[in-house]
Amino acid sequence: MTSPEVNDAAVVLKLEDVVKTFPGVRALDGVQLEVRAGEVHCLLGQNGAGKSTLIKVLSGVHRPDEGRIEWLGGEFKPANPQSAMKAGIATIYQELDLVDDLSVAENAFLGHEPRRFGFVRRGYMSRHTRKILTRLGHGEIPPGRMVRSLPAAGKQVVSMARALSHDAKLIIMDEPSAVLAHDEVGNLFRIIRDLTSNGIAVIYISHRLEEIREIGDRVTVLKDGRTTAANLPARTTPTRDLVSRMTGRTIEYVFPEQSTQDRGEELLRVDGLGRTGEFADISLTVHSGEIVGIAGLVGSGRSELLETIFGARRPESGTVTVAGKALRPGSVGAAVRAGLGMAPEERKSQALLLGEPIYRNVTLATFTGYARGGFTNAGKEIAEASRIADALELRPRDVRKPVRTLSGGNQQKVVVGRWLLGDTKLLLLDEPTRGVDVGARAELYQVIRDLAARGVGVLLVSSEVPEVLGLADRVLVMREGRVVREAPAGELDEDTVLDLVMAGSLQAEEVTL
Amino acid sequence: MTTTQTAAPPANEKPAETRSWWRDDASEPLRRNLALFAVLILLIIIGIATRPDLYSDSTWVRNNIFTILELASVIGVVTVGMTFVIIGGGIDLSVGAIVALAGVWSTTLATQSYGAGGMIFCALAVGIGVGVVNGILIAYGRLVAFIATLAILVAARGLAAQISGKQTQVSTNTFINDIAANDLLGIPLLVYILAAVVAAGWVLLNRTTFGRRTVAVGGNVEAARLAGINVKRHTLLLYALSGLCCGIAAIMLTSQATSAQAAMANLYELDAIAAAIIGGTLLSGGRGTIIGSLLGVIVFATITNLFAINNLSTEVQNMVKGGIIVAAVLVQQFRYKSLSQLFNRA
Ligand SMILES: Nc1ncnc2c1ncn2[C@@H]1O[C@H](COP(=O)(O)OP(=O)(O)OP(=O)(O)O)[C@@H](O)[C@H]1O
Ligand SMILES: [Mg+2]
Repeated sequence: MTSPEVNDAAVVLKLEDVVKTFPGVRALDGVQLEVRAGEVHCLLGQNGAGKSTLIKVLSGVHRPDEGRIEWLGGEFKPANPQSAMKAGIATIYQELDLVDDLSVAENAFLGHEPRRFGFVRRGYMSRHTRKILTRLGHGEIPPGRMVRSLPAAGKQVVSMARALSHDAKLIIMDEPSAVLAHDEVGNLFRIIRDLTSNGIAVIYISHRLEEIREIGDRVTVLKDGRTTAANLPARTTPTRDLVSRMTGRTIEYVFPEQSTQDRGEELLRVDGLGRTGEFADISLTVHSGEIVGIAGLVGSGRSELLETIFGARRPESGTVTVAGKALRPGSVGAAVRAGLGMAPEERKSQALLLGEPIYRNVTLATFTGYARGGFTNAGKEIAEASRIADALELRPRDVRKPVRTLSGGNQQKVVVGRWLLGDTKLLLLDEPTRGVDVGARAELYQVIRDLAARGVGVLLVSSEVPEVLGLADRVLVMREGRVVREAPAGELDEDTVLDLVMAGSLQAEEVTL
Repeated sequence: MTTTQTAAPPANEKPAETRSWWRDDASEPLRRNLALFAVLILLIIIGIATRPDLYSDSTWVRNNIFTILELASVIGVVTVGMTFVIIGGGIDLSVGAIVALAGVWSTTLATQSYGAGGMIFCALAVGIGVGVVNGILIAYGRLVAFIATLAILVAARGLAAQISGKQTQVSTNTFINDIAANDLLGIPLLVYILAAVVAAGWVLLNRTTFGRRTVAVGGNVEAARLAGINVKRHTLLLYALSGLCCGIAAIMLTSQATSAQAAMANLYELDAIAAAIIGGTLLSGGRGTIIGSLLGVIVFATITNLFAINNLSTEVQNMVKGGIIVAAVLVQQFRYKSLSQLFNRA
């Protein structure tokens, strides 16, 4: 239950009837929101409901068309992100907005570098960054390291460090846990509690209801740009209520039936695959019609393994065999020709052409197949992309819109949808449901199951253990670059997997989930 | 604890179309080129204001339009190739040098002895050949495009000087020389060549898999690679295409001058890059149009023409050109910044 202090705490932020339109879309259509000092206020809503737009209005990225925002008792009209930060509102955006070629410290203090006599105080900046990183449980990240060389989760930590480097009274977090592993989420929650106990308010966005139950005080639900419910108690409101207010219907959050059919012939065989510092001596097989899940922490070498199988990295030892034929190492082209497809971990930097229309992003791996004599077939591409858009409930449905106008979860559907076209025989999925809402997630699971039923082999990496257990037929658990357990999904449960994943990990005792 | 609830909205209510077609994505190319049209009109108004005597003569006006287009033709062909390279995420500083090398090589006495066909074949082959060298250095040798093509610029000019013995080589082939001298239906042949190259470039960029790959490779090279596109081969092809355009331009320029020399097509790389940039091609790649580049070339040709009809010096002209480039890049940067702020930040 909400603590009494929060109940009485002053309202710091109040939004009334906020409207924001983009060409052809009313992204916000009358939003009410009220946030108190020292509370964790959760925003819930489907993909495209307007959550990110709302926080971009608060952080000065977008200017609202109508409505009123009150911040600390006065009217608030931030002209740009800098002025919102100066007013005490710090934001962690859904899509990482770090500068790849600057160091961790430079990114953390970007735009507000500590200066003396006009010179940046590099030493101070670096010390302070280290302090924040340690507080975040990541003292091991060197402040001088280039951000480009960090894995996705590391980048997420840096953008959190950036938010904490401000003297903020409100911190907005747009799906911060989407890139974080289980134990990291525990860390994040510890920091959030620390912040709120100092009277700092937090707006927290996530599609995972169990997180909202754990960390949230109150919930505001958005649907189609409107507030459909405000200030519900985060812990006690029944899930059915939350989901029906989000979606307007009731969705059972269940995994589709595990297939009963026997698995087909062997599609993929990986033998003794290794890369120094990433993973070592990995052997695995995937059969036609089988879904194999890989569980493990971020940094356990899962993504690197997938990329190596796909030819995006060159193995230092070991072989990859697809349908009995050895795959040329280090060649994505050869992998794609052999029928492999991969939805990579980072959608923005690894998968999307943001300025291009949705359909061209969906058909990026298949447009050559639709072409005749080198001429592209836009009609066919649009038709195929629309089919995928329907299957994955993409919003908006008009596939000629540029991908950059899509919400985060919808962009993710585009990344996965790309490999549902064409005749992919083996699908490598790296965090396929990152940022996808509860309803669309169920659709996506069904689509993956259907593919397997048609004989496609799937190798799935996910930080969400229930997802791996619920979707996969067979599960591999990875730790520190090695497979520590392989078993049919039915023989494992969440606790066993978590124990395996974290055995020997220093942060194990800090896990609060 | 207060629990306020607002009524759920009617389920099937459509969001209102509040913006006009003008703000629609479909009108984006038009909006983008509008500034260039405005500059063009401004330049014509300045022309009319400074030389009303000339502009009152309709035959002169007609001929002057062709003069401008002819002026734009050679550099226009080079710019089409350059536009592809820049959209594909690269840059080609060697274009002027390739034009000179192709021009010189195709006008040696030995080559001329094979007739017009031999000369054209030689120019195109040299252009493509040097382009392939660029491509290999950049795609497979992993050199930075700026450095690789700068090196080739120096080397190709050197080779051209070597072949020509620093002499001007006169073309005695009447077929080649007649290309620039002749009209068809009152329009210079060079303008037809420009039109053909622009049309081919437009189709290639907008309607073929080659064009699609170009945008993908320039827009997000990692995404292109992970989608199975052969990025290296495509990069090589882009530089070969730029070389081919330079070969075509070499023949046009040789025909105009009825000769070739190692110093010809001087600083064409700057003109071509500038035209592409003011035409809206993003220097970082992934975005650009052939029509925008063509308009950029025409704007520069119109400025040159404006100075010529007013008998002004080329020094001032270059200063004005420089100013226009700066202005265009500033406008683009502003656009890009506001775009990225609106959409990409998150
Ligand atoms: N820059 C833009 N131009 C046009 N439309 C946009 C733009 N940004 C967002 N939209 C649209 O506004 C709506 C709300 O998007 P928003 O990103 O706020 O959703 P969200 O609730 O954050 O979803 P998700 O859970 O997927 O992150 C969507 O329909 C989206 O397509
Ligand atoms: Mg969002």
